Amino acid sequence: MDTILVLLHTESDASLSTSACEAVGAASRLGGELGVQGFSVGMIGASTQQALDGVASCGATRFFAAEHAELAHSRYATDAAAAEAVCRASGATLVVAPMTSRWARTLPGVAHRLGGRVDTHVTGLGATNGVVSASRWFYRQRMEGSLTRTQRPWIILLDPGAVAAWTGAAGAATAARVPVDLGAALTRTTVTGIEAPAAGQQTIRPDADLLFVAGAGWTKKQADGQVHSADAETLILDFLRASRASLGSSKSLVDLSGEGQSVLQFLSHLNQVGQTGSTPRHPKGLATCCHGEEPHVVGWRFITERRAVNLDSNCGWARGKADVLYVADAFAIMKKVNELLADGR
Amino acid sequence: MFHIVVCGSVAPDPLQTLEPVAGLAGPGLKNEMLLPHVLDPWAAHALYEASALAKSAPGSKVWLVSLGPKAKLQQVMMTMAQKVPFELVALDGPAGGFADATETAAALADAVAGIAGLDRSRLLVFGGWESATRCAGATMQLVGERLGIVDQFVGVDQMTVLPDGSVRLIERIDGGRHQVSVCQGPPLVIGWATGYLHEPPNNPQVGMANMRTIMPALQKAKATPLAHDGLTLTRVELPRLVRTTKVVKDWSPDEIAHDIVAWIKGA
Repeated sequence: MDTILVLLHTESDASLSTSACEAVGAASRLGGELGVQGFSVGMIGASTQQALDGVASCGATRFFAAEHAELAHSRYATDAAAAEAVCRASGATLVVAPMTSRWARTLPGVAHRLGGRVDTHVTGLGATNGVVSASRWFYRQRMEGSLTRTQRPWIILLDPGAVAAWTGAAGAATAARVPVDLGAALTRTTVTGIEAPAAGQQTIRPDADLLFVAGAGWTKKQADGQVHSADAETLILDFLRASRASLGSSKSLVDLSGEGQSVLQFLSHLNQVGQTGSTPRHPKGLATCCHGEEPHVVGWRFITERRAVNLDSNCGWARGKADVLYVADAFAIMKKVNELLADGR
Repeated sequence: MFHIVVCGSVAPDPLQTLEPVAGLAGPGLKNEMLLPHVLDPWAAHALYEASALAKSAPGSKVWLVSLGPKAKLQQVMMTMAQKVPFELVALDGPAGGFADATETAAALADAVAGIAGLDRSRLLVFGGWESATRCAGATMQLVGERLGIVDQFVGVDQMTVLPDGSVRLIERIDGGRHQVSVCQGPPLVIGWATGYLHEPPNNPQVGMANMRTIMPALQKAKATPLAHDGLTLTRVELPRLVRTTKVVKDWSPDEIAHDIVAWIKGA
């Protein structure tokens, strides 16, 4: 009989992320399908009590905590030691965790230390007749599959936004403290800071309702034979400010600059969606000036409602992939859209 | 001086149509051996970064450890050999999306450990942070664990060697941010994201020099079958949903803008 551990870490303010609650929800449902009595929650951080209390009523029967000042930051060596200790203390055969950047970096190595296996980017988790099955995408979101494993422990990292999050009242959780030895050999790396856009210049908003995808067409010659990158930047930034949308770029910054094209100055590597970028999850997506067939289209694979503005009515980016394709000039459309949003209409 | 080992394999050219098929040994790709392949995009970035670092640190050397079907490795190396100088360590085995990261990592780690003359105290193990095939984002960490390296970085966009020999790294983290870390020095495992370097132009002289070692490496590539122990893929399929796209032509910008704003606002 499998036993389940939900392995979580605190955020920098000692809170829990939405994806952590999604992992709790997935583990709770999996426990029900397997018919196991309760599950465990393991928490790692510099201070864990607030986060543990936040999931006190989730149905977990045991709580474990690894606390240490060195766990305030995300660092492979210390995180792996703490995660390994909690997994061993729980004795769980299935470890469900959110695919945060911190766990994505750490838990594969922990699986090796435990003699188990790891699967990442899992988008679905369930059990039939006692057999646990995970679904995930292959070839950069181009095909989906389901898999089972006989090895244990099996660490399963759930993609954010893929499953329903657990919600419930906070309470008072009593956790078994797991000692972790974080000696000098594990602290050769010092986290010196976080680089983030200044307030007001942020273009990536994971919680936004809308993803705005800016294609390479924005920086190409327009009908008058000229490039209008400055106008494009103004239109896009004005739209992002008014709509609070998250910005995705359909082509990598490196590729654009390498091909001698002008580049939208506010784009960073992190804006890229698609084959060598991210595949964010948002309820709605508006693609503008995007071109190309698969694999570029995988950038908005997980967008629920999709619309596109493009001059080519047969563009592979939109045909069969978008719900609505507006065949029009994106410069003119976004100018009007911005005017309407500014008017509050 | 650094000894830089880049782990990276081949992937179908991203512009190809991919279709899963069931085989005796599990799922695979239709006509997989006929598809043109490339060096996995993020692994290629790692190789370019390795080459740039080796150029800036005299005495450094770059190896490329690659597990893939020998015929496909040969095809891809014809191109990659012209990009940057490296010594190939080839393993003849599967490189597709359905191979297990743990088994792949074991084979790669054994190959790294077997490199003659490798200075483990100056070792940098590079690779893509995810592949274009399995996209696990797990292989580099597993390789690092097997080599006993506990300073690992994933989703790295920039690495800088500081004057005191320490290394500054910028990693992608959640929420569109970068985490900045400083590590005392090698050995390190670095899973590269895109980086800032462009694809180098072809250099026939580099190609000729590389091919002197690449062809023998391919000829003696060790057969490395992966057992897929305990792993069963019960289903692999293409997304079935094809959307019925409503094509809106001949609307004025004003009409389209109103329609978009109403949709954004949930009307």
